[in-house]
Amino acid sequence: MNEERKGLKEKITNSDIWKSIFRHGYENTGRRYTLQILQNVWLHLHPPRISRHALNFRFTWCMGGITFLMFLVTAVTGVLLMFYYRPVAEYAFRDVQALEFDIPFGMLLRNMHRWAAHGMVISVMLHMFRVFLTGSYKKPREFNWAVGVILLLITFFLSFTGYLLPWDQLAYWAVTVGTNMARATPVLGHEGPFTPTDIVTQANDVRFALLGGTIVGPSTLLRFYILHCVAVPLVASLLMALHFWRVRKDGGISGPL
Amino acid sequence: MEHFLALVSKPDNVPILAMLFLIPYFMWLAYKQARQTDRAGVPSDAALNDKVYVWPYLCRNEFVCAIIIMLVLGVWSIMIDAPLEEPSDPAKTPNPSKAPWYFLALQEMLVYFDPWIAGVVLPGFIIAGLIAIPYIDINPKGKGYYTIKERPFALAVFSFGFIILWIVLMIVGTFLRGPGWNIFMPWQYWDPHKIVPLTNVNLSYLFGIRDDTTANFFGFAVVAGYFALGPIFYFWKYKTSRFLQELGLVRYVIVSFLFLSMVALPIKMILRLALNIKYVWVSPWFNI
Repeated sequence: MNEERKGLKEKITNSDIWKSIFRHGYENTGRRYTLQILQNVWLHLHPPRISRHALNFRFTWCMGGITFLMFLVTAVTGVLLMFYYRPVAEYAFRDVQALEFDIPFGMLLRNMHRWAAHGMVISVMLHMFRVFLTGSYKKPREFNWAVGVILLLITFFLSFTGYLLPWDQLAYWAVTVGTNMARATPVLGHEGPFTPTDIVTQANDVRFALLGGTIVGPSTLLRFYILHCVAVPLVASLLMALHFWRVRKDGGISGPL
Repeated sequence: MEHFLALVSKPDNVPILAMLFLIPYFMWLAYKQARQTDRAGVPSDAALNDKVYVWPYLCRNEFVCAIIIMLVLGVWSIMIDAPLEEPSDPAKTPNPSKAPWYFLALQEMLVYFDPWIAGVVLPGFIIAGLIAIPYIDINPKGKGYYTIKERPFALAVFSFGFIILWIVLMIVGTFLRGPGWNIFMPWQYWDPHKIVPLTNVNLSYLFGIRDDTTANFFGFAVVAGYFALGPIFYFWKYKTSRFLQELGLVRYVIVSFLFLSMVALPIKMILRLALNIKYVWVSPWFNI
C-alpha cells in the first residue's frame, strides 16, 4: 500500500504538468531551512537558527512580537483612517462621527486602531517586565535595553498624541491635563522652579512649543496629528529596526553569552 | 456604586481591567519558573545553546501567535466601540479630568508632589533609572532564565516600582478617583460637592518651627540628610562588604540616589496620608 502510494506520488510529481507549475521540490534539509530565512526579505532579520528555549511561550510570553504586531495593525488601520480624517478643528470631530455612522466599516476601523494602540501599551510594558525578570538586559545587551526604554516612551507618546485626534471632550481634557505638567518644567516652563519669568513666559515656554498656543487649540490638533502620523512613527520604525537588529547581533533574545 | 460600574464599563478602561488579570497571571508564570530554576539549578550552557531552525519552528510560533492575537483584537473591536463624547469645549471642564489610563500613575503622584516633581523630575528619574539599570546592575548571574535566589535585590526593587508604584497607582487613579480628585470607594456616591478639609501642615510646622527662614533650613537639612543616607551606608559598610567594593563609588552613588528617589514617593504618601504633611521642605523657590 505504502509502496503503491509512494509510486503514485512520484508519478504525479514527475509529470510534465506538475513540473510546469512547481519549479522544484521542497527538500527537508537544514540548507533549505536556512535559505528560507536568508532569501526572504521579510524574514531575513531572523537568524537562521535560535536557542530552543527562545521558542517557549512560558519563557518569552510573546510580548515583543505582539508589540510589533500591534504596531503593524495601527500602521495599516491608521493609513486607512487618514483617508477620512482632516486634522482641522472644524472638521475633526465630524470626520470621526462620519467614520462611526456613514463610512462602511469605519467604526470597526477606528475600534481596531484604538484597541491595537491600547494593546501595544499593555504588551510593551509586559515585554519590559519579562526582559527584566529574565535578566536579558545584562551584558552584552545593555544598549538594546536602552533602545527599548526609548521605544517604550515612544509608544506612550504615540498613544498620547493619538488620544487628541477625535477632538471630543475626552480627548481635549485628557491632553489638557497631560500637557499641563509641562508648565512646571524647571527653567523651561513658565510656572516651574528656577524659571526666569521675565524671559520665559506662557507664550514661549516648553508647553507653548508642544501645543502651538497657550491652550489646547487648532494648532495643537495639527501638531499632534503630524507627530502622530509622520514624525513619531518614523522615529519608532528606525529604532525598532535597530532594536531587532541588535537582538540578533547580541546573540539572540537571551541566555548567557 | 453606579459611578464605579460606569468606570468599569468604560471602553477605555478595558486595558487596565485586563491588566488586573494579566499582571498576576504573568507574575505567577514567572514565579513558577523561577522556583523551578532555584530548586533544580541553573540550566546548563548546553541546554541554553541548544539550537533549532527558525524556519519552520519560530516562524510557525509567530504565525500562530499572530493569528490568535488578531482574533482577540478582532473580537474586541467588534464587541466594544471606541468612545466618542461630546465635541470638545474649552469652556466646559469635566470633573474629574483624567489623563489616559497609562498616565494615571503620574497624575496620581500630583496628589503628593508639586507638578514640577511629579510631572517632570520624577518621570525624568524613571527614564534615566530604567536606562541605567544594565550599567549599575553588575550581578552577572540570572542571565536568560527566571530566578529569585540569584538576584533578590534587583527583582524586589524593580517589581516594587513596576507593580506597586506604576500599576497599583494607575488602578487607584482609574477606579478610585472621583470629582475633585477625591478618593471614592466603589460603593460610595460621587458627590461633586464633597468637602475634604485641607488640614495639611508642613513638616517644619509639626516640629514647632514658625519662622520661614528656619523652616527653609530645616527642610533642607531633612532632605539632604535623607539623601546622605546613601553615602553614610557606603562608608559604614565599605570595609566589610565585598559587594560594595565591586560596585564602586560612582555606580553606588547612582544606585543609592535613584533608589532613595523612588522610595521617597511611598514615604511622602505615608507622611501625607498618616500625618497630613503637605511639604517636607518649603523654600522661597520651590516646595518638596
